[in-house]
Amino acid sequence: MEGEGERERKRGGRVCCVCNEARASVKRPKTLQHMCRECFFHAFESEIHHLILNNSLFSPGERVAIGASGGKDSTVLAYVLSKLNRLHNYGLHLFLLSVDEGITGYRDDSLQTVHRNHLQYQLPLQVVSYKDLYGWTMDQIVDVIGFKNNCTFCGVFRRQALDRGAALLKVDKLVTGHNADDIAETVLLNLLRGDVARLSRCTSITTGEDGIYSPNAYRGFAREFIKDLERIRPRAILDIIKSGENFRISTTTKMPEQGTCQRCGYISSQKWCKACVLLDGLNRGLPKLGIGRSRGSVGSENGNGSKVEKSIQGKQCGTLDF
Amino acid sequence: MQLTLEFGGGLELLCDSKKIHDVNIELQNGEDKLTMKDLLSWVRTNLIKERPEMFMKGDTVRPGVLVLVNDCDWELSGQLDTSLEEKDVVVFISTLHGG
Ligand SMILES: [Zn+2]
Ligand SMILES: [Zn+2]
Repeated sequence: MEGEGERERKRGGRVCCVCNEARASVKRPKTLQHMCRECFFHAFESEIHHLILNNSLFSPGERVAIGASGGKDSTVLAYVLSKLNRLHNYGLHLFLLSVDEGITGYRDDSLQTVHRNHLQYQLPLQVVSYKDLYGWTMDQIVDVIGFKNNCTFCGVFRRQALDRGAALLKVDKLVTGHNADDIAETVLLNLLRGDVARLSRCTSITTGEDGIYSPNAYRGFAREFIKDLERIRPRAILDIIKSGENFRISTTTKMPEQGTCQRCGYISSQKWCKACVLLDGLNRGLPKLGIGRSRGSVGSENGNGSKVEKSIQGKQCGTLDF
Repeated sequence: MQLTLEFGGGLELLCDSKKIHDVNIELQNGEDKLTMKDLLSWVRTNLIKERPEMFMKGDTVRPGVLVLVNDCDWELSGQLDTSLEEKDVVVFISTLHGG
């Protein structure tokens, strides 16, 4: 834009503390350094490169799927990984893996973004549909069980979808992008877990788009808290993640043993995984079979609707993986 | 004062789903400058059509909303005290939704 440089000089914008030349564009929360765009990118990318090397995340020749949702986290991941793969000759066969739930209109925008990622970073794109993975599109499920109860299906199916897609495409590794805010939030919610389960039962969670497509609707409270903390102390988010890592390492509790589903082979502590239970119900024309099983009776068709719905959602919300 | 305001990351939904707004802001009685504080209250009154709490908290933006003044994080220019000039570009991006 014309005159921009002049305007910045006039305003006396701060200079990048790394190169001492360019105008700083960000104050990096992690270090509070004032950095220009190029120096920030360089620092960010080389940190990820070292993280990959130090943790031996990949071996040459591997097929690696990048979980692509069209959101900012997976877009950044696709950009960085394709760049590092080229720059440092990791020798990885990268591609974008995207899941189409089969909800009319719902994925249009995000699939468009994924398509843009595919062109921009020259990564092959594979879209797997719920139809491929489960034999049912989300729209078909909604047709059977109604609009209000599909939260359980959404959560269970979505959580497994990328893993199943990766298995379908026979990849060696699946990578997914997450931002520090989300991880810090999950750490906090995990710490609060016992209370949160009770909270979700007694607090009414509004239905509607938010309740259905982002089952962790009450996450918003933790998010707000984290962003408030960040304002006081920008490193707070990374510190929470750090404490979460330490917590995990120092735990002496025996983890429940992970088995596999006898039907599909997906990790499961039960005989059948949650998705297979739900699918079995759907296929037998008893779609409510898997819902609320561990919570006792669900109630009849429409009786006591709002309460059932609430408990289903509450249950969904107590599941804290992301 | 002519400014270009851009809303992203879902904030555009609060102002008629329009991302870019070219606006002309009348300066208050004899003032010759406009600060971000002034701009925020102008935006809240004139552009935000619904759920203002998604955009603001107190007299500033809600935590998690990124503010760029001419491509530069407003943390570096003094946040609410940043003074704006003719033809400046101010971008608001919510980082709260959609990973
Ligand atoms: Zn620099
Ligand atoms: Zn299974």
